[in-house]
Amino acid sequence: MHISVNVDGVTYADEVEPRLLLVHYLRERLGKTGTVVGCDTGNCGACTVHLDGHSVKSCQMFAVQANGHEITTIEGLARDGKLHPVQEAFRTNHALQCGFCTPGMIMQAIDLLADEPDPDDETVRKGLEGNLCRCTGYQNIVRAVQDAAQRMKPGAGPKIEQHSDEHVTAKQPVGGE
Amino acid sequence: MIPAEFRYLFPSTVDEAVRMLADEGEDAKIIAGGQSLVPVLRMRLAAPTALIDIGGLTELTGVRDDGDSLLIGAMTTHYEVQRDHLIHDHALLLKLVTDTVADPQVRHRGTFGGSLCHADPAGDLLAPALALDAVMIIAGPGGRREVPAAEFFVDYFTTALAPDEILIDVRVPKYTGWGAHYEKLNRVAQAWSIVAVAAAVQVRGGTIEAARVGLTNVGSGPVRAVDVESALVGQPVSAIAEAALRASSGDGYKDNLARVLTGRALTAAVAG
Ligand SMILES: Cc1cc2nc3c(=O)[nH]c(=O)nc-3n(C[C@H](O)[C@H](O)[C@H](O)COP(=O)(O)OP(=O)(O)OC[C@H]3O[C@@H](n4cnc5c(N)ncnc54)[C@H](O)[C@@H]3O)c2cc1C
Ligand code: FES
Ligand code: FES
Repeated sequence: MHISVNVDGVTYADEVEPRLLLVHYLRERLGKTGTVVGCDTGNCGACTVHLDGHSVKSCQMFAVQANGHEITTIEGLARDGKLHPVQEAFRTNHALQCGFCTPGMIMQAIDLLADEPDPDDETVRKGLEGNLCRCTGYQNIVRAVQDAAQRMKPGAGPKIEQHSDEHVTAKQPVGGE
Repeated sequence: MIPAEFRYLFPSTVDEAVRMLADEGEDAKIIAGGQSLVPVLRMRLAAPTALIDIGGLTELTGVRDDGDSLLIGAMTTHYEVQRDHLIHDHALLLKLVTDTVADPQVRHRGTFGGSLCHADPAGDLLAPALALDAVMIIAGPGGRREVPAAEFFVDYFTTALAPDEILIDVRVPKYTGWGAHYEKLNRVAQAWSIVAVAAAVQVRGGTIEAARVGLTNVGSGPVRAVDVESALVGQPVSAIAEAALRASSGDGYKDNLARVLTGRALTAAVAG
């Protein structure tokens, strides 16, 4: 089937088999290997991307379902060589060890902060419920998300760190196409 | 794993979707949010010949006010249910239950109707649908028909839907001003219920005027705790502890859970 998808700001037109999972399309066709696969059951969240501004598990949908929609992956977050504030917060708070869960954690953390710009610890933990980490014990991940919330507050830090991209953080209902 | 091959169809109306189901035969399947179906396909527990994607049917999304009841479109996502004002005001129990379903990513795509059609006995939305007397509005080759929740859930993963039928809307009577609570027991994050209890109560001047209680994952489908409901009517709030003992699942461990969780759910519903 023919699809046209905007991924990280670039529109791609492709012919795909209907059974091709979105995550495999991103990794194998577009070479966007920043998004990883950790399970077969939709549990781990490692494959989380944004579909029209909402987090989804890209192993839980087919590429044909993304036709006409906008996808943002972990590879589309940095701007002009500067990490997104959530990426930066993960780095400085040691919120990763092996790093396998990190792309999904960061994409979900951005979704969470769009809904809850100033969350308490419990809200962060609930918001990351769909993302499993086998290494960190989550403590530093929660810390990083809290730190990112501070960095992204209006008026906090240098301007360059407040570049949270509109289409990444804006919440619009996922429209059927 | 990679799913087996299938054709993929995008109907643009409900009637076209029904026609496609009939044309494709028994091995075709509806795909809604895909949050239960995609893992099943990836693990090759099913190999449908065609998937009919109803995600583009805007007529199936959203919640409408219909006088004494709400009409919830089958394709309304969990995320939308959580934030809908009509549901908040007239069917608070559904919001509270949906808050506990899966995780944020799954709730962005998973649908209200899909959960009911999938009919996993541990699925959280079955018990409240049953307890709140929801009615399923179904489209098929012969037109539309309505099936009450009590007849819709037939067995494990089995509903009253025929292979060529689609759930389009769910009618839920209004429970304006009722207190509600969902008491879900699970041991880890993002997990299904071991047992859960959905409770809604109408209290006036300290007296319980009406109660609805549904149990999740105590059998092959949702169970309505009618004995508990009737033991509460006309009673003071203090009657909850006694009434909750009438909850039952027919299995020792879950029997006890059902009673304890029913007591907790009702107490919280009355308070909130
Ligand atoms: C990690 C994870 C955790 C989860 N945890 C929970 C949980 O705690 N509690 C819970 O209740 N659920 C849970 N779920 C399931 C989730 O709620 C799904 O959204 C839901 O079960 C199915 O909805 P769907 O729209 O995704 O349906 P799909 O997966 O698209 O479809 C499911 C089935 O229903 C049929 N179907 C769907 N819609 C219709 C329709 N309108 N008419 C006819 N047939 C239809 C399909 O053919 C298919 O057989 C979890 C899922 C995942 C991946
Ligand atoms: S790879 Fe998508 S949830 Fe695990
Ligand atoms: S850092 Fe290794 S899984 Fe999270």
